[in-house]
Amino acid sequence: MLAWTVYISFLGVLALMLLPAGNARAARGVALVTALLGFLIGLVSAFGFAPERGIQTITRTAWIPGLGIDYYLAADGISVTLVLLTGLAAVAGILFSWNIEHRAKEFFVFYLALIAGVYGVFLSFDLFLLFVFYELAIIPKYFLIAIWGSTNREYGAMKLALYSFIGSAMVLVGLVAAYVTAGSKTMDLLVLAQYPFPPALQNWAFPVVFIGFAILAGLWPFHTWAPTGHVAAPTAASMLLAGVVMKLGAYGALRVAMTLFPLGLATWRNEIALLAVIGIVYGALVALVQKDFKFVIGYSSVSHMGFVILGLVTLNTIGMTGAVLQMFSHGVIAGLLFGVVGRMVYDRTHTRDLPELEAMRLNKALPFAAGTFAVAAFASMGLPGFSGFAAELQVLIGAWSAFPTYTVLAGVGIVVGVAYTLRVLQMAFFGEAPEPVPEAAHPLPPITLPERLGAVLLIATTVLIGLCPRLLLSLIGPSFQSPLFEHVLKGGNL
Amino acid sequence: MEDHFIENLGWVALLLPLLSAVAITLGGPFGARRAAAKISIGAVALSFVASLILFLYLHLTGQPALAETSFPWLIIGKYGELNNLQFNLGLQLDTLSLVMMLVVTGVGLLIHIYSQGYLAGDPGYSRYFACLSLFTFSMLGIVLADNFLMMFIFWELVGISSYLLIGFWYHKPAAADACKKAFITNRIGDFGFLLGILLVWSVLGSVGFASLKLEAAHPNHFGPVATIAGLLIFCGAMGKSAQFPLHVWLPDAMEGPTPVSALIHAATMVAAGVYMLCRVYFLLSFPGSQALEIIGWIGGFTALLAALIAVQQNDIKRILAYSTLSQLGYMVMAVGSHGPTAAMYHLTTHAFFKALLFLGAGAVIHAMHHEQDIWQMGGLRKKLPVTFWTFLTGTLALCGVPFFSGFYSKDSILAQALKNGSYGLFIIGVLVAALTTFYMARLALVVFWGSARSSAAEHPHEAPGVMLWPLRILAVPSVIGGLLFIEATFEHFFAGGHGEAGTITWAEQLLEPLNASPAAALSGIFAIMVGGAFAGALYWKAASDPLPLRLGWFARAMRNRFYFDELYERVLIPATHELWSRIAQAIDRWIIGGLAVRGASGATEFAGRALRLVQSGSLQTYAFLLVAGVAAVIYCLLAR
Repeated sequence: MLAWTVYISFLGVLALMLLPAGNARAARGVALVTALLGFLIGLVSAFGFAPERGIQTITRTAWIPGLGIDYYLAADGISVTLVLLTGLAAVAGILFSWNIEHRAKEFFVFYLALIAGVYGVFLSFDLFLLFVFYELAIIPKYFLIAIWGSTNREYGAMKLALYSFIGSAMVLVGLVAAYVTAGSKTMDLLVLAQYPFPPALQNWAFPVVFIGFAILAGLWPFHTWAPTGHVAAPTAASMLLAGVVMKLGAYGALRVAMTLFPLGLATWRNEIALLAVIGIVYGALVALVQKDFKFVIGYSSVSHMGFVILGLVTLNTIGMTGAVLQMFSHGVIAGLLFGVVGRMVYDRTHTRDLPELEAMRLNKALPFAAGTFAVAAFASMGLPGFSGFAAELQVLIGAWSAFPTYTVLAGVGIVVGVAYTLRVLQMAFFGEAPEPVPEAAHPLPPITLPERLGAVLLIATTVLIGLCPRLLLSLIGPSFQSPLFEHVLKGGNL
Repeated sequence: MEDHFIENLGWVALLLPLLSAVAITLGGPFGARRAAAKISIGAVALSFVASLILFLYLHLTGQPALAETSFPWLIIGKYGELNNLQFNLGLQLDTLSLVMMLVVTGVGLLIHIYSQGYLAGDPGYSRYFACLSLFTFSMLGIVLADNFLMMFIFWELVGISSYLLIGFWYHKPAAADACKKAFITNRIGDFGFLLGILLVWSVLGSVGFASLKLEAAHPNHFGPVATIAGLLIFCGAMGKSAQFPLHVWLPDAMEGPTPVSALIHAATMVAAGVYMLCRVYFLLSFPGSQALEIIGWIGGFTALLAALIAVQQNDIKRILAYSTLSQLGYMVMAVGSHGPTAAMYHLTTHAFFKALLFLGAGAVIHAMHHEQDIWQMGGLRKKLPVTFWTFLTGTLALCGVPFFSGFYSKDSILAQALKNGSYGLFIIGVLVAALTTFYMARLALVVFWGSARSSAAEHPHEAPGVMLWPLRILAVPSVIGGLLFIEATFEHFFAGGHGEAGTITWAEQLLEPLNASPAAALSGIFAIMVGGAFAGALYWKAASDPLPLRLGWFARAMRNRFYFDELYERVLIPATHELWSRIAQAIDRWIIGGLAVRGASGATEFAGRALRLVQSGSLQTYAFLLVAGVAAVIYCLLAR
């Protein structure tokens, strides 16, 4: 049934293409129904999923028999978690782009195509298929930003495309090397992961593939696409970018790079952990001095994704489980933050300049936006009661036994994280206006119902997982017991 | 049946305030906003009753602790196998936690009632009570937690609720800055605390207090890290209980409403650090650990530093804030000199009289139309009789005048320092006692005696009954707190349940300090006399402060808080995160963004110009070219 998340999204694309141009309402309706169906399929599958049974094949047929390439979809608990996240982000993103009137049909075509690609990546266990879906997810991104974006959109879109394609090229090189070396004429991940690649190959192929993927996860110093991309993107696109596209990178790094080349991983894990920690601290520090509201959130994403990478290379179940939980958690929280910044604030005030916003005292004009952002800010700081706490705590516990020094450094990032989050919260919404606030000529339009629904959906999710992390951990945790991760975990010492 | 009732009563006491916070926040459409104060007061009152029942039950049945009830919250790793990690949420119901519960809910209840008068008519009335309930819930969570992780969770929640309450009047720039400062400073301490928890967990394999206590009984593997683990855990207390060098947030936190200062920044939240140290005292006092020694000296230093600063403050709330800092240092010093009993004793009595003093100060500020400078007041003794008498009671208790509650608990600390052979700390303790009497006498003399120094002081109006009754009620335990067998109860607890509690009579209790450690008691009384005499000589009917003229630069340094805030704001913060932020920003813009990306983008643009000739720019073409390219690469490799 999980495979229908992919198909339904493609069906949605087809249905949208058949619609007459200019009917924005119908386009929105189709998109929302499609996304909701995808989300529901994910939810129902998650309830019926037995994670302790490991990787479960959904469908498998020969695709390009001559090359041993199959159309092979399967899922384990990690896939299911991320499919859930994708569905959630897709629904919320559409709710937050309800006001798109300009070429609405095409907007949602690209949007659903992107979603379909993302679902596909999370469910593919044939590497060629995975790669095709991966590319499919990147291309619509470019158009979403270049056509519907704002500040410097062409630059942002091109930078993102450039980074993505360089990353893809690196991944491809590694995959082809693995395919040829194994010589078994198969692209089946489960088979290739058991092949003992020679250490020399692993030592160069691992960093190439890992970084190729991790570029999209915002790994320092390959992160600069993220802030400019986020700033340029329209609200829904930045929600997806932070919400799921960055997770594609982290997921690929975990699922492909780490399992194919466990020896290379053992060689390079220390360097990668260092990059991750630099990303955590550096992202937080840069976020602290930004003037553009969206830049702050963009850099905060770099910082929070550092926890994902750090968790992955701890090579122990606790840290890696935490990393996957952090993917989910950050997807939800970043989606919420971008939703508030892009849709609730920017679309109304037409500025993201923090000093300008400070003078507006938006908590009076847009109390719902202020409340939502305050909750999102607390969630983003990793306070208990929200999903980020459980996730970052586990990453820290896992990292403590693998890299004690880096764990302490990551703590600096957490403290700075509090500083920039509180700064932006107070500047954007609770400004100190000494003189009476000038009455705006046009009062800001009130927050609409779809925005409220989207915000409530995301807040409810982060609180639910924060209060009861077992809901997801029981899916994620057992997945690491599968033979796929056997060699990976042996590199760890917990 | 009865057991189930008792077990669940703990959860009820914990969850009622949470329920109240949620109801007030979400129940707006159903009239919950107007009823906010009643819901909030009702919840804390019921919690108090539940705590009382639990305490009496424990006391009457003579059990050391009630059976723990816990359920798993977080399980990671293989289920049922060795390699996993499980965190529980559970309640620890023993003498220590239940007495603390009574303090939190009892003092809390009075402050809730007082707030109803103090905040009447404020536009954020319902928000205030929602936050207050959230705080009560978080604080009770810290008190009841049966493991480190749960305590940490509530530790953070206390941080949030304190942030929300300090910043309650967020439109005031000072309040907005203060709440940010408090939260960040606390977060620094909390991270150390978390590292300490991780260290303990990785060495001893557990975070539950009960199992840690068992583990710590085998001194084989914890020894080498005991000192560092103890100090990291102490970092948490350093943040919450505002010990040097993380003390700077507490005085600024006085920007919040005065009842908040009384509840959070005098009686409960800041006491959480001391409570935590006592809860895990068995880890701190681990054989071979140097942690307590260092903790004791940090406490002593904080006590002295804050007392000196308090001498030259002019804002009535700030004087009390520095006094709180100083008293917290006293308690930490007690823990450091191996006296958790003395620390908890002083914590309890201090909660009564300091809450009383803050609420009294609130009544004064209310009467003075929000004037807080003591040199604008004067002669309020006649015009605010109830406030005056209750404030005087609190002052005498804080100074430790014999037969008031503070006398007994302070003496307990001094005696403990002597008994432990910490003579340095003992001398600091006596010195701080003298300074405490000096600055409190200065405060009382300037505010209540002399003549009115401003027009507001000539026509003040006494607070309404809803604010005065909490003062009267708090005055009672401030006086008789020393006779309630609190010390014996804690002594019994920390001795591990050995010995009989409460075998001494009231009369013996009355003179117990002089019998147990006459040197400590006499030094304490001497200190009070010296401090009081100096204050009387300088401030009796003084029109202005004579001390700056006599002490010169030293008075200036005291008034300016020994320049710690300036040091942090002008040197430490710019030198740390601001500088680094600018550097990181520059790297991002000029090196990574400028050289690498612009270089690449230049190349791309060139490539783009070339490719534009062959590309239509449509999605299909891109996808087709990509797939074709991949196929070509694979074909080449295979054909080889």
